[in-house]
Amino acid sequence: MKYATEFRDPKAAKAVLARIAALADQIGATRAAPVHIMEICGGHTHAIFRYGLDKLVHEGVEFIHGPGCPVCVLPMARVDECVEIANRPGVIFTTFGDAMRVPGTKMSLMQAKAAGADIRMVYSPLDALELARRSPGREVVFFGLGFETTTPSTALSIQQAAREGLGNFSVFCNHITVPEPIRALLDDPHMVLDGFIGPGHVSMVIGIHPYDFIARDYGKPIVVAGFEPLDLLQSVLMVLTQIRDGRAEVENQYARVVPEHGNPVSLAAMTDVYEKRPSFEWRGLGEIDQSGLRIRAKYRAFDAEEKFGVGYAAGPRVVAEPEGCACGQVMTGRIKPTACPQFGRGCTPEMPLGALMVSSEGACAAYWQYGGARAPEAVECPEIVE
Amino acid sequence: MCLGIPGRIVAVTDAARMMALAEVSGVRREVNVACILDGPAEDLVGEWALIHVGFAMARIDADEAAKTLQALHDLGEAQEAAEAMAEGAKALEGQG
Ligand code: SF4
Repeated sequence: MKYATEFRDPKAAKAVLARIAALADQIGATRAAPVHIMEICGGHTHAIFRYGLDKLVHEGVEFIHGPGCPVCVLPMARVDECVEIANRPGVIFTTFGDAMRVPGTKMSLMQAKAAGADIRMVYSPLDALELARRSPGREVVFFGLGFETTTPSTALSIQQAAREGLGNFSVFCNHITVPEPIRALLDDPHMVLDGFIGPGHVSMVIGIHPYDFIARDYGKPIVVAGFEPLDLLQSVLMVLTQIRDGRAEVENQYARVVPEHGNPVSLAAMTDVYEKRPSFEWRGLGEIDQSGLRIRAKYRAFDAEEKFGVGYAAGPRVVAEPEGCACGQVMTGRIKPTACPQFGRGCTPEMPLGALMVSSEGACAAYWQYGGARAPEAVECPEIVE
Repeated sequence: MCLGIPGRIVAVTDAARMMALAEVSGVRREVNVACILDGPAEDLVGEWALIHVGFAMARIDADEAAKTLQALHDLGEAQEAAEAMAEGAKALEGQG
């Protein structure tokens, strides 16, 4: 465990925090005019709150919480479609537990299960495959959800099902990609972003070059980061250093896990099974061009949208967000969760109104859990503060 | 579900399907090792990998694995992963 202590060594953290503060002062960042750094990944949002990094860094550094939690950006219409499929006769609908409580227009998957649908929580698409092998008389549907980190797992599962000729297995594909929403945010004239912390586990699959456009076309620094507190602090330091030096580059802080060009086996499986959709709906952000994946025609037999005639296959589909919900504004960094009129009133982790309150990686749930709703003094970071 | 969790490969269960037994936070389950394979599957036994929803996605060294596990325990993610694996097993028995 020698590195374990190294990576949370309070002295090391203090040194990095001091260097962050010095740099922030040097570039003139203040509480009134902060540097805005977006952490794209929900895992990073969770870690920032868990370790209280937002309170520990210089007041001139402000974290904007990005759209990188697949549960949080899942639109209500997709949840409705899950429920529709789950209610078909003979269907066993399998899903990651995270998605169970996301509200649809009428109900969540949890509520649909209580009402009698055969919905089962699984850890892996491999569990769904095994269920299909064991239940030849049933249709087993897996709810494919997630960014590039998760996409290879469903691609490899579909390939395996095809090899075995497992005709009762299909995937309801909701896989989305990271670069396109970032481009959409950067194109938004209201958005003020000075730099990015890139999602480490997405880059473990796709490498660091899909972010080149952020530096090249938009002139913003991005540092691909790990999930330790010191990883994140070091990444903030690297972003600030780029800003001070007037550079905009893609840097890799997480090289111990992230290969420059990603994982070739994962990339090959994804390319074989999936293609881009013309557009895909994101909760709070609307339709974004080329931001979602669908199953290629050659694997049509394993595409639940085709098999059950739901989703984009079924025609136009626009569903409004619940009334009074400010998820879209929170997700684009315009307001903090606490400024949403529903925060802690109509919307809590027990009874979420918006998806940002469902997953521990959602900004609203993170605020609620780690002190956004309480006085800032109540938040401490035992691992880092001596 | 988005964070990988370190696990140690303890046995190869089905070389043709590229499946192996991994121990993750004290829980053993079958995982797919296609993404980290660069030789005979047996060579993976004893190695650490970052496991993500049942797939080994990247090899990591033992020190790195220990460090990541500690961080995930702090975040509550390790516990969550172990619970999710138990859920997966239940789903197969029809009780999920
Ligand atoms: S508090 Fe609830 S309704 Fe408001 S933005 Fe957050 S998730 Fe949406």
